[in-house]
Amino acid sequence: MSDQVGTITWISGPVVRARGSRNVGMLELVEVGSEHLVGEVIGLKGDQMTIQVYEETSGMQTGSPVYGTGLPLSVELAPGLIQSIYDGVQRPLPLIEQAMGSFISRGARFDPINREKKWKYTPKVKVGDEVQGGAILGVAMETDTFEHRVMLNPDDSGTITWVAPAGDYTVVDPIVKLKTSKGEKTVEMLQRWPVRRARPFVDRRGANIPLITGQRILDTFFPVAKGGAAGIPGPFGSGKTVTQHSIAKWADAEVIVYIGCGERGNEMTEVLQEFPHLIDPRSGRPLMERTVLIANTSNMPVAAREASIYTGITIAEYYRDMGYHVALMADSTSRWAEALREVSGRLEEMPAEEGYPAYLAGRLAEFYERAGYVNNLNGSQGSVSIVGAVSPPGGDFSEPVTQHTKRFIRCFWALDKSLASARHFPAINWLDSYSEYVTDVADWWREKVGKDWLDMRNRAMELLSEESRLSQIVKLVGPDALPYTERMVLETTRLIREGILQQNATEDVDAYSSVEKQIRLLELVLYFHDRGMAIVRKGAPINLIHDLPVVDTIIRAKSTVTNEEMHKFDDIQKQIDQQMGQLDAEYRS
Amino acid sequence: MSDVTVQGGQEVVGVARIEGPILIVEGAANVSYDEVVEIQDSRGQLRRGRVLEVGEGVAVVQVFAGSTGLSIDGTRVRFLSNTLHIPVAEEMLGRIFDGLGNPIDGGPEPLSDRYADVNGQPINPTARIYPRDYIQTGISTIDGVNTLLRGQKLPLFSGAGMPHDQLAAQIVRQATLGKVAGAPATEGEEFAIVFAAMGVKNDVADYFRRSFTESGALTRVAMFLNLADDPPVERIVTPRAALTLAEYLAYERDMHVLVVLTDMTNYGEALRQISNVRGEVPSRKGYPGYLYSDLASLYERTGRIRTSKGSITQIPILTMPNDDITHPMPDLTGYITEGQIVLGRELNFAGIYPPVAVLPSLSRLMKDGIGKNRTRDDHPRWGAQLYAAYAKTQDVRALASVIGEEELSEVDQKYLKFGRAFEREFVNQSFTENRSIERTLEIGWKLLSMLPKKELTRVNLDEIAKYYKGEDAAN
Repeated sequence: MSDQVGTITWISGPVVRARGSRNVGMLELVEVGSEHLVGEVIGLKGDQMTIQVYEETSGMQTGSPVYGTGLPLSVELAPGLIQSIYDGVQRPLPLIEQAMGSFISRGARFDPINREKKWKYTPKVKVGDEVQGGAILGVAMETDTFEHRVMLNPDDSGTITWVAPAGDYTVVDPIVKLKTSKGEKTVEMLQRWPVRRARPFVDRRGANIPLITGQRILDTFFPVAKGGAAGIPGPFGSGKTVTQHSIAKWADAEVIVYIGCGERGNEMTEVLQEFPHLIDPRSGRPLMERTVLIANTSNMPVAAREASIYTGITIAEYYRDMGYHVALMADSTSRWAEALREVSGRLEEMPAEEGYPAYLAGRLAEFYERAGYVNNLNGSQGSVSIVGAVSPPGGDFSEPVTQHTKRFIRCFWALDKSLASARHFPAINWLDSYSEYVTDVADWWREKVGKDWLDMRNRAMELLSEESRLSQIVKLVGPDALPYTERMVLETTRLIREGILQQNATEDVDAYSSVEKQIRLLELVLYFHDRGMAIVRKGAPINLIHDLPVVDTIIRAKSTVTNEEMHKFDDIQKQIDQQMGQLDAEYRS
Repeated sequence: MSDVTVQGGQEVVGVARIEGPILIVEGAANVSYDEVVEIQDSRGQLRRGRVLEVGEGVAVVQVFAGSTGLSIDGTRVRFLSNTLHIPVAEEMLGRIFDGLGNPIDGGPEPLSDRYADVNGQPINPTARIYPRDYIQTGISTIDGVNTLLRGQKLPLFSGAGMPHDQLAAQIVRQATLGKVAGAPATEGEEFAIVFAAMGVKNDVADYFRRSFTESGALTRVAMFLNLADDPPVERIVTPRAALTLAEYLAYERDMHVLVVLTDMTNYGEALRQISNVRGEVPSRKGYPGYLYSDLASLYERTGRIRTSKGSITQIPILTMPNDDITHPMPDLTGYITEGQIVLGRELNFAGIYPPVAVLPSLSRLMKDGIGKNRTRDDHPRWGAQLYAAYAKTQDVRALASVIGEEELSEVDQKYLKFGRAFEREFVNQSFTENRSIERTLEIGWKLLSMLPKKELTRVNLDEIAKYYKGEDAAN
């Protein structure tokens, strides 16, 4: 299957040049050197080909052969993806560990999908059915509860001539035979798809359902829609990864694809060790049973880091095609951009900003555009939401990756070093962040919780920006110079900051807030504000309000009231009424 | 890691071009990328180098000792057909090596039949054990609010003239496996220290040697020294050689290895120098675009794996040029390491030791090594509360500098007092003071008790009832 197509003439890190056949295709997968390392053709000029190699090239010699495969870089798609952990080019890391020990050495070659494991399969088509690409042929139970919908490859279509009866099959057993325009075709559960080509769909639907993450600052203040794209930029130590992990844990998606792209090894280990023990609040199953992990840590080969993003998004699209909501986390897209830069530099391409290649913006756009809430080929509807972390050098948001990313996302969660220093987590700055989905998802909130979320959210945002203005004055003249009504604003915004925006990812009660709890907390704080404002207008000194015991109760409510104890909020409201009522009575005259 | 013996390879006489520490060698066939070469000058002296790039009949070679004295025709280059390997053995503890791993203490070559590739191999994420055991360093600003765990990489970000060496030496001297507050001390496990110096002055290396001697640890230390007057290019290899030994000790000899790398800024400069000579497209401040990946290939050689009882914990030291934390070296380091301990110039001026600037410091793994059954139940929230209170102190100080201390509200005045006491009593401790975790927690609560109870929203009410000793404790 693989013939020699060239001979190596030049090696520099992950970039190799070879001379040989003119029939090698652009982006064709090749095997390089005597160890058959995996590479991809990224440039062709006459009989010269430029190859990026997905493994360490130390020790490789000029004069060694290059073998062609005739195929583009592809991923294998079938039952068995979920709960897997792969490197950037879909090599299963547990198998590599079994075969090679604790360290990853070169030349590892394993099937991404287990060929022996049998899945309980039930057909959903019958002989004589006309099927188009993407059609659901049957279902296999990928976990005890997750239904993997086996689809026809989007490029195929035809009339079914044979269907395997319900039973246990491996991913390479025939499940359907098809008469196509090109003759008879046997279909297996396993299909391959080139990673750099987006999987087709019919059309995009409007993104107007929020992706609920249980994180108050995200859901309540800066929501991302299902099928939307969000960016989390932040300097080191500001909590990008913790935020990504929180979303991966609690987002109401049916499948999570988590790409650790050029980040720490220990972080991936944390996910691997923690997720099997965490229970999905919706399905009651371990979180791992909805998660696919791609781990190409910072010390793994840089070209495979470049590929990891595409491997991940292709797997996400595959589950979307089944009609599922998929959330994809990419941590960090900056490391991916740096991989592009490194390969580009070795190719001696003309650099644009900060050494990044001129096509950086184009590549980012291609990636983020693969997010979407779509009507699938098989009539179902599914979504891929992307949350990309960005690691700007020095925390400077004006650098190219952050700036270009901003063009292609509609939701921007800006992490802030000074908030992180004060241990205000998640350290998302409410004044620098934005979401363009706010009005799109307002209807959903109205239907779901029956309250005017948009109005309350906007009032809270208004108070927060008022606080920012007032704190400028406070910095100059001290808080005593402000009138009581303005100091009331500061009292309320402290409740918003400490009681709502701050959320402790490591505390059981606080880690996940249901939407009902979120809206109730917000409502309470605004209620407190309205009552307090009425009283200070009557001349009550602000410190009386500051000293009310209920202030502390509201701040602590996030971690004392569980998602199931919504009635406790009524008690807190009664406390507000009672304590404020007393003050009100004193100043009635 | 594979065993190899170095043998003779093809030899080329004469080089085509010499540019700084880089040789362009023509006429060699089938050279391997990253292969080691031996270079002989016209007087027969040997030095070593490494292949950076290969083309048809052309090889770009980086000479570790620099190219001084090499000539176009008189240089012989021998290709050794293997990547750079060093011997590794337990006997290397107690010894001193140069930046390439050759002994310089007058002793014999280490006896070993194990040679390991200095580049190492990436640890498979599935083979790692997530770090959970905390290391008690006896330093409140670390144990209390930036806890170090076994298998963590936690750099010291410092500046010229600050006592980062003392702090590193104190950590090395006092580090023991942490235990639950109040539990009796346990027997020590086998530990080792691997020390790599890159471009630091002889005094600094000497300081560490004396410090290891004083603490009686010298026989457990392997030192790899590339000093300020040693060839800069050698610095690229020094940390790799040190980490290669550390990996052997940790993963094959089950030891707990603490690796101190100083000064990473000099390492970065050596890398930049090579990159510039090769005419690579620079990214920020002239550093190569692959600086992040290169640093990661060092820092990620930290951790624990399932097949071994040992661990590697890294404490790299970096002096930030111009105290600028956004400089590419500290910046990219911070993105890879699991937190950072930042030293502050102002605290240092105020005579506080160790001058740990608490607010920008961070230990990412802390949350997994402290709390119930590890240190004490209240520790995580206690830490968050100290941070929050000290951050608030900074705001109050800014305000006080505008309106004057007298104009501050009563609560704000308390914050000012708290801030001063925090720096004097919590941050400040002597070079020889080894505080237990109980003591650190106690000091913290004492300081928090200076603030009104209502201000303490990060700790829970039970904890306030149990530990809070302030004026309004009763009500």
